[in-house]
Amino acid sequence: MTRVLRGAVVAVVLCTLVFGLAYPLLLTGFAQAFFSGKANGSLVKVDGRVVGSKLVAQGFTSPRYFHPRPSATAPAYNAGATTFANLGPTNPDLAKAVRQQARAILKLERPYNPGLTIGDIPVDAVTTSGSGIDPHISPANARLQAARVASVRGLSQQRVLDLVDKHTDGRGLGFLGEPGVNVLELNLALDRETPA
Amino acid sequence: MGQGTVQILVYTVVLLLLAYPLGAYMAWVYSDRFRAPRWMAAPERAFLRVVGAGSGEQDWKSYAKTALGFMGVFAVLLYLLLRLQGHLPLNPDGMKGVLPHISMNTTASFITNTNWQYYGGEFTMSYLSQMVGLAVQNFVSAALGMAVLVAVVRGFARRSRSELGNFWVDLYRSLVYILLPLALVVGAILISQGVVQTFNGHATAHTLQGATQTIARGPAASQIAIKQLGTNGGGFFNSNSAVPFENPTGFSNFIEALCILLIPAAQVFMFGRMIGLRRQAWPIIGAMVAMFVIGVALLFPAEQHGSQVLRNSGVNITQGHGQSGGNMADKEVRFGIADTALWATATTDASNGSVNGGHDALTATGGAVPIVNIFTGEVIFGGVGSGLYGMFFYVLIAVFVAGLMVGRTPEYVGKKIEAREIKLAAVGALFVPTMVLVLTAISVVTGHGLASIFNSGAHGFSEALYTYDSQSNNNGSAFAGYGATEFSALAGTITLWLGRFVPLIAALAIGGSLAQKRAVPPSAGTLRTDGLTFGVLIVGVIVLTAGLMIFPALSLGPIVEALS
Repeated sequence: MTRVLRGAVVAVVLCTLVFGLAYPLLLTGFAQAFFSGKANGSLVKVDGRVVGSKLVAQGFTSPRYFHPRPSATAPAYNAGATTFANLGPTNPDLAKAVRQQARAILKLERPYNPGLTIGDIPVDAVTTSGSGIDPHISPANARLQAARVASVRGLSQQRVLDLVDKHTDGRGLGFLGEPGVNVLELNLALDRETPA
Repeated sequence: MGQGTVQILVYTVVLLLLAYPLGAYMAWVYSDRFRAPRWMAAPERAFLRVVGAGSGEQDWKSYAKTALGFMGVFAVLLYLLLRLQGHLPLNPDGMKGVLPHISMNTTASFITNTNWQYYGGEFTMSYLSQMVGLAVQNFVSAALGMAVLVAVVRGFARRSRSELGNFWVDLYRSLVYILLPLALVVGAILISQGVVQTFNGHATAHTLQGATQTIARGPAASQIAIKQLGTNGGGFFNSNSAVPFENPTGFSNFIEALCILLIPAAQVFMFGRMIGLRRQAWPIIGAMVAMFVIGVALLFPAEQHGSQVLRNSGVNITQGHGQSGGNMADKEVRFGIADTALWATATTDASNGSVNGGHDALTATGGAVPIVNIFTGEVIFGGVGSGLYGMFFYVLIAVFVAGLMVGRTPEYVGKKIEAREIKLAAVGALFVPTMVLVLTAISVVTGHGLASIFNSGAHGFSEALYTYDSQSNNNGSAFAGYGATEFSALAGTITLWLGRFVPLIAALAIGGSLAQKRAVPPSAGTLRTDGLTFGVLIVGVIVLTAGLMIFPALSLGPIVEALS
């Protein structure tokens, strides 16, 4: 048994060096050499200042902006502590959260979108995402918000919808996953169009 | 649903197309015919010398002893690393030492290839702990399972011998010739998609509305590549592969999901080659594919149909017109329903346990699929190594049942299956499910256990069931609302260790026993085990054994929930 344990200790040291250090260092070297922007978090800079990450939702509340999906992190859109909401499918708290979110959306959008009903709200707009920092909203969700953003910014609705299309990430290889509108990139494009 | 169905079909076909050649490669790597190029052979010889591997092969007891000793040493060191990380380097965000009960659970969890996580990576673990502690285990625990499987398979292949191979040789070859090259390729692909891989600490952003946002990052791609390939599943970030930094695109999702089942599927083809009877692989892989497809076919429509709460809320959950619709709670837009359903099935068929959406928020029917998948002992592809050696328990029971029906001594691939093998197979197949039920029962009748439950009612029962199901079977996915208390962490630790050791030792003992037998030439009375009938029989045995054991528990959890 001592021979086994001695061998085990040596193997542990070797495995740690190879798989714990050399392997991640090798991949980090590759990443930093060829994909440094992505490997460091797809950060987005405006005038040299980091304003966010393409892959991380941030809390937009102003009517000038498209809004991301609800987030279960504390505080919301906390990119340092991702989490699910973990509310089960029959949980009354889920019903309450969905109801409140739907009511808030109707209140916000109706002035620009008369006749809007709860049946027009796409489900991703009232449910928390898996990560709490889902950078995308569904195209349906974006179309719902387009009238408001266009009106507040004094842009034509068509122009806003064009920007939505332009910032929709399509499916991988044309068929993998679902299309999603990148909220941060869309809002940045809007700010370039009509600065505050 | 059409679009999603196409993705799932493409996934299944690509999986089998990749697994077949990989299986052939693996059979060659583990065989005596394998000759590495000189520059690769020298490090292997040096490794074997310094660990004192000796030149000979080992019988099953010696093989098991070496494997367990290796695990034990690693466990002690990993525990110390987690406790002391606050005083160690590579800790740019200043993480403190991990609490004792969380450290114990995490140690057991990673050594046993489970990766159950009672912690959130980005706010608990230093980069050193992630890389040197956890990511190393992702390689080593996977390689250990692969090595044990190869030893068991040699038991089927060999005649009148007692040796099953040399643990150190099998471990080295699994690590260096199989896992490492695959992980490098997959890691590079993931980085190209936007998975982070950096030693810089968190980034600080000044958002468009003037707030400050802290963005956690780190060397994630290297860990994710191996966590998927090695059926480990432990996330770099708390929300695992739902986090865009772990899984940023539909394409990265496809690759990661493929990696979940790739090696387990390849090992079935490897088995066929190693015993020199390639056709024997087909009923097994057929049974696995069939049960996988049944799982997705239940889970996907259930999620697309949406949960009760969402249907009653009046919001639009209909697919189409720019949304995937359905139960989007705790799911990501870029994956939608189909990819999340596919992943949830694959990750619980295998002992992977990574998630790209929250399982606690799955519908009642949707949530029952992972529970049952795991409860089979993860033999639907299963963990790397552990999946197929777990499947052998059911295969031997199937052979035995068929033997009883036709009144002949059961045989499998030229070996007589006798009382000893059947006893061991029964222990291997039944011990873990029994432990799941006992622990779940204890956790829902004691105050200590109830403290962990997050959702009330039937769903709360499902949370407890899922927790012990997942840890006992070394899966690692969770109904994540279930909380970490000292009781749940320690109860989990026990199930983690036993869930790994008992089947592993039973499988090696079967291998050892079979290796010593002489070959029996097939006769007119031999049951054919290479055709469709036998595949159906395997599925039947799994349904009867695991299905009947889980049914009462299912009816207290998901079934009540679905009917309420």
